[in-house]
Amino acid sequence: MPPSISPVELRTSPHVRTTQSVELIMRNVVYALLPISTWAIWQFGLSALALILTVTATCVATERFFNWMADRPSTLSDWSATITGLLLALTLPPGFPLWMAVVAGFVGIALGKALFGGLGFNVFNPALVGRAFVQAAFPVSITSWTPAFAPGRFTEFIPTTFTAPFTIPPDLGAWVKAAGVDGFTGATPLSLWKFDGVVTSSSDLFTGMSAGSAGETSALLILLCGAYLAVRKMMDWRIPAAVLGGAFATALAFWLWGGEHFPQPLFVLFSGGLMLGAVFMASDMVASPVTPLGIWIYGLFIGFITVIIRYFGGLPEGVMYAILLGNAVSPLIEQVTQPRIYGAKEAKK
Amino acid sequence: MDSKQTPITMDTFLAQVWRDNPVFVMALGMCPVLAVTSSATNGLAMGIASTFVLIGSNLLVSMLRKLIPKQVRIATYIVIIATFVTMVDYILQAMAPAIYAALGAFIQLIVVNCIILGRAEAYASKNGVLASVVNGAGTGAGFTLALLLLGGVREILGAGTLFGIDLFGPHFQPWLVMILPPGGFFALGAWLLLFSWLKQRKTRRAELKGEPLHAG
Repeated sequence: MPPSISPVELRTSPHVRTTQSVELIMRNVVYALLPISTWAIWQFGLSALALILTVTATCVATERFFNWMADRPSTLSDWSATITGLLLALTLPPGFPLWMAVVAGFVGIALGKALFGGLGFNVFNPALVGRAFVQAAFPVSITSWTPAFAPGRFTEFIPTTFTAPFTIPPDLGAWVKAAGVDGFTGATPLSLWKFDGVVTSSSDLFTGMSAGSAGETSALLILLCGAYLAVRKMMDWRIPAAVLGGAFATALAFWLWGGEHFPQPLFVLFSGGLMLGAVFMASDMVASPVTPLGIWIYGLFIGFITVIIRYFGGLPEGVMYAILLGNAVSPLIEQVTQPRIYGAKEAKK
Repeated sequence: MDSKQTPITMDTFLAQVWRDNPVFVMALGMCPVLAVTSSATNGLAMGIASTFVLIGSNLLVSMLRKLIPKQVRIATYIVIIATFVTMVDYILQAMAPAIYAALGAFIQLIVVNCIILGRAEAYASKNGVLASVVNGAGTGAGFTLALLLLGGVREILGAGTLFGIDLFGPHFQPWLVMILPPGGFFALGAWLLLFSWLKQRKTRRAELKGEPLHAG
């Protein structure tokens, strides 16, 4: 009997069809980051634009360079290097010298991603690796903040932006004084609270009317962009929820215990990089756990550590180190939260 | 006992400097490598001190190799090495107190540097006196080279100087992290990467040449 040609395509499993791919998800994360980048440029002007373009270009170029070094086809089309670049730029102060930003971008992709084998193998969030490196290398520049909504922000750059490579950026004090708008200083809400005891109002923080890293100021905008990703099921909503919940619970406990020493829980939630970190960095698909219980433990751990570093550490902000620590322990969390296989018995200890 | 005496060639020396570099290829002696290379001067001093100990211990071990009972050889090697380390310790303390202070306990810790014990065990105990001395000198040179490369990178980036000489003028922005302990790991990792990449590329090119793909 001759084999009949079947009209049905026969294949081995899996038969699941999905429209989602790495490329599609990554492209949507880029879309979600664009409004935040636009807000950063609106708020901090030309310098923020130059910063975002430089860091993104560096990340993409570094990714391509390591593709070439490893004799592999280009991985630029999966958009992940673009995301790393955008995220990294958004966590840097707007007036960050561009040559240092190039260092940050290079280290982030090289040390955080390429050396582990590229996308899918990185232990840590590459953007945060880059930022942690420049935080350790250039501690002064990365804490030199400039006021938001400076009047000449669309006509002139912040003087530190174009510092010649390998040289110390000029002191910003005089420039900030000259450019400062009434009621705005260069200090971030967190350093104001930590070093001067001034608490910025939560509504200003929520809408983004404060100084800070380029993309961390507007909690509202970050939440909206995160919600877009969560609705399209391109991000696990449980991770930001757990991180924010963990931070809020810890802050609430401290506030109830000794109210006058600690800021209000809402201030903790909306200030600094917590929102950006929780929504876009802790939720890194590669470096976070996948087990259902593990996700909650991971998120709560990050939120808890963030608040502890803010209250008792030397630096005003602790989100970056908290997320890196969370990334580091996520394989362990996965190991102890493995769900029981259906029908399997509990192993004897 | 030594049935086959390998002849002493340039390779006895050079292999230890480059192809079998104790730090970048064999990855031995990482503790002093990371700890003392915050500046090129410290690296160089550590390298010279270790080279002296290497040559001395290889010489003595090789001379005594037929007298040392197999069962107690490791203890004997350590005593020999410790003798030379004590000499270096006193010499440095007397002649270069600043470097002695900078290197601290790492001078005494040369005793437990596995490069030196490794050479005694793997080479000096099996080879002639002259070959052992040449091999020891080569290993020392390789170790010094590694320390210099690491210390150089860390000092240039971390302080803008090389051997204490200002390179870039007063406007240089130092990369603080490079002279801190993490910088040691970063610099070492970068050099290891470069070395293994060069090696891989070499083998790949050799394979390409070996294949009769482009015959004619």
